[in-house]
Amino acid sequence: MANKTIALEIKRQSSPDAPAVWEKFELPWRPGMNVISAMMEIAANPVTADGQPTTPITYDSNCLEEICGSCAMRINGKARMACSALIDNLEQPIRIEPLSKFPLVRDLQVDRSVLFENLKRVKAWVPIDGTYDLGSGPRIFPQVQEVNYPLSNCISCTCCMEVCPQFNEDTGFVGAATIAQVKLFNNNPTGKVFKEERLRALAGDGGVQECGYAQNCVEACPKQIPLTNAISDVSRDVLIQKAKDFLRG
Amino acid sequence: MAAPRIIVVGGGLAGLAAVIKIAEAGGSADLFSIVPVKRSHSVCAQGGINAAKNLKGEGDTTWQHFDDTIYGGDFLANQTPVKAMCEAAPGIIDLLDRMGVPFNRTPEGLLDFRRFGGTLYHRTAFAGATTGQQLLYALDEQVRRYESEGKVRKFEGWEFLSAVLDSKGVARGITALNLRSMELQSFPADAIILATGGIGAIFGKSTNSVVCTGSAQSAVFQQGVWYANGEFIQVHPTSIPGEDKLRLMSESARGEGGRVWVPRTSGDKRPPRQIPESDRWYFLEEWYPKYGNLVPRDVATRAIHKVVYEHQLGIDGQPMVYLDLTHIDRATLDHKLGGILEIYEKFVGVDPHQEPMKIFPGMHYTMGGLWVDFNQMTNVPGIFAAGECEYQYHGANRLGANSLVSCIFGGFQSGPNAISYAKSLAAAEGDGGHAAELARQAEINSKLLNNQGTENPFKLWRELGDTMTKHVTVIRYNKGLQQADEKIVELLDRYRNVNLSDRSQWANTSFAFARQLKNMLELSRCVVQGALLRDESRGAHYKPDFPDRNDEKFLKTTKASFTGDVAGPRLELEDVDTQYIKPRPRRYDASK
Repeated sequence: MANKTIALEIKRQSSPDAPAVWEKFELPWRPGMNVISAMMEIAANPVTADGQPTTPITYDSNCLEEICGSCAMRINGKARMACSALIDNLEQPIRIEPLSKFPLVRDLQVDRSVLFENLKRVKAWVPIDGTYDLGSGPRIFPQVQEVNYPLSNCISCTCCMEVCPQFNEDTGFVGAATIAQVKLFNNNPTGKVFKEERLRALAGDGGVQECGYAQNCVEACPKQIPLTNAISDVSRDVLIQKAKDFLRG
Repeated sequence: MAAPRIIVVGGGLAGLAAVIKIAEAGGSADLFSIVPVKRSHSVCAQGGINAAKNLKGEGDTTWQHFDDTIYGGDFLANQTPVKAMCEAAPGIIDLLDRMGVPFNRTPEGLLDFRRFGGTLYHRTAFAGATTGQQLLYALDEQVRRYESEGKVRKFEGWEFLSAVLDSKGVARGITALNLRSMELQSFPADAIILATGGIGAIFGKSTNSVVCTGSAQSAVFQQGVWYANGEFIQVHPTSIPGEDKLRLMSESARGEGGRVWVPRTSGDKRPPRQIPESDRWYFLEEWYPKYGNLVPRDVATRAIHKVVYEHQLGIDGQPMVYLDLTHIDRATLDHKLGGILEIYEKFVGVDPHQEPMKIFPGMHYTMGGLWVDFNQMTNVPGIFAAGECEYQYHGANRLGANSLVSCIFGGFQSGPNAISYAKSLAAAEGDGGHAAELARQAEINSKLLNNQGTENPFKLWRELGDTMTKHVTVIRYNKGLQQADEKIVELLDRYRNVNLSDRSQWANTSFAFARQLKNMLELSRCVVQGALLRDESRGAHYKPDFPDRNDEKFLKTTKASFTGDVAGPRLELEDVDTQYIKPRPRRYDASK
């Protein structure tokens, strides 16, 4: 038991233009290890399995409790959060790669800012008058809160976009996360003032119509957000909006 | 005159709150953050946010909230700002509600409130058990709205390195490092607000996020900003020990009825659910009948230590006790605590609906921080601070669910105050010190990159964390504190011999970390030496050799200033504002 080790293979790329190489690591096993603690171990002792000195791995991480959404990567082929990927539950050697649908920065770090740009496009906020004291907010019944809260749990990890066959440069699809936020804000008593604008933003190319119902998103979501329900609801609203806009001419 | 330009460093609740107020007042805000602001550490807050809305017919008042906060902080907090915060809290909850935070509701559609530690009232509004996440997102969305209107510029992926000070010692901007291109740049501003969170990383493992190193606070401390009450570190009673970090198990678990216990007999091998009530010791309920499991965190943490180390009753002889929710029905648990139960199940692999959780205290919160006046400005003109990185609202111990309100309140104060300061600021002479500060930073960077040493920064950091955790957390002895200080001096010395295994100029995380490490080491000395000086026990600071509070000598704020000398910071004591509530003995085994 004392000498038990774990084996990892990590895809390295020193810059967006550099060639990708796979490096193998063999690390001492400890109970309760996750992929992050393995990479911390590499940083403290940056040597590959065949004894070559190397550099610490570049990757995004922050909270390490699957709520900040930083550490999404592909682990044994699956898009998931590295912090909640427990070593003992993974087949070895553990193969770790960056997400493939986003511009690579270095090693396992990619640029996911497209999601934040999409959130601007659909005005994913409640347009309050101001932050001065205006008294209580609107009454919201628990039944409505119970629909909104799960949607509001989206951690912007982009796993749903990574696994979506339609999320690529050809379609320009916004992806499930943004569509779910449209449902959330259209469901807010004040947020729904922008409902029509949000639906129109999702009506054209790259909008909700690009969804091919592969349902990969809902499988991959680490927060079990009902993404496919949200896409169906928003698709229906987009169609109604299109019809209204057509009739209004 | 052009609109004042304010730089806000840090995009958690305090930073975002400051940015919103600046944009709303017509100022122009540049927001700097290591991570995309939506991934800031505020996202980890679980249990809720306090405000005396009195929606449960209990007669709660903002005065009660004020009194609970001051009493919970063992009278060390200045009372004027705390009183203002408690009075503002109900309005802040209403605002968050208007922003769309999905707070849990009552059947009538009103805000629901739960119990938290250190109070007998239902005063904590909550969104499941992911309240910090929901609050952060609400403020993030408002900032995104201002960003799309051109009123806010975001610099995500930039790390703050230092303040730019002019020849008179007035802040004129910042220097920052682009974490991808490794480019060093200075940015002008009329005032800067630091909202850079806690310092968990100096303890190695804590409940804090990776970015909570205290590096920014330490940088400005080394430039002349005072650091106050550094010795006050909150160790949360219920965390899950892990290989990479300690994961928080929210106080709301106890707020909703969770009970802490151990088997009465040491070495009891039975699975927990087979141990009958009569063989279980609910030690918090026995020792503190009035507050029970909801005593403040410092009290609960010391009680767990006592049971584990003095009574030798940790589960299986390990440093762990049970936090039990299994008597509560599944629907209530999922509705009110879903988020944290999921964390336990994912990271431990055991279902807390079925099995009591195994928990132990872990470093959690930094009560001390940058010294600020009642306007949130530090002693260096033009440097403001808000949120966990400053010292003002929690005294010697923070009550649960007061951090979110203090972050937002502090941010809301600092933004407008920075603007009014900036409006009366005289123009800088020359370049305001930008060229000189850039040159100083460039030299530090080049020296570090070219250093030919043998020390790995990540290993030095582990040694720092082990020392701090061993000597400077729950129980403190002067001898151990002395050893810790000597160890830090040794590490500072070895740091000069640091060797980066990565010398590249693109997304070099070891380089950024090595810069943080130097700052962590300097800041650690404020924590250790503050603790050494304070020969008393107050709130989270506990010395068995000085078990009582000593108001005559130590009802004082510790103020550290940087000397650059090997002896460490210079410490002085400052009087505390106690004008509203006269200090009285703090005890939770009886009504207060």
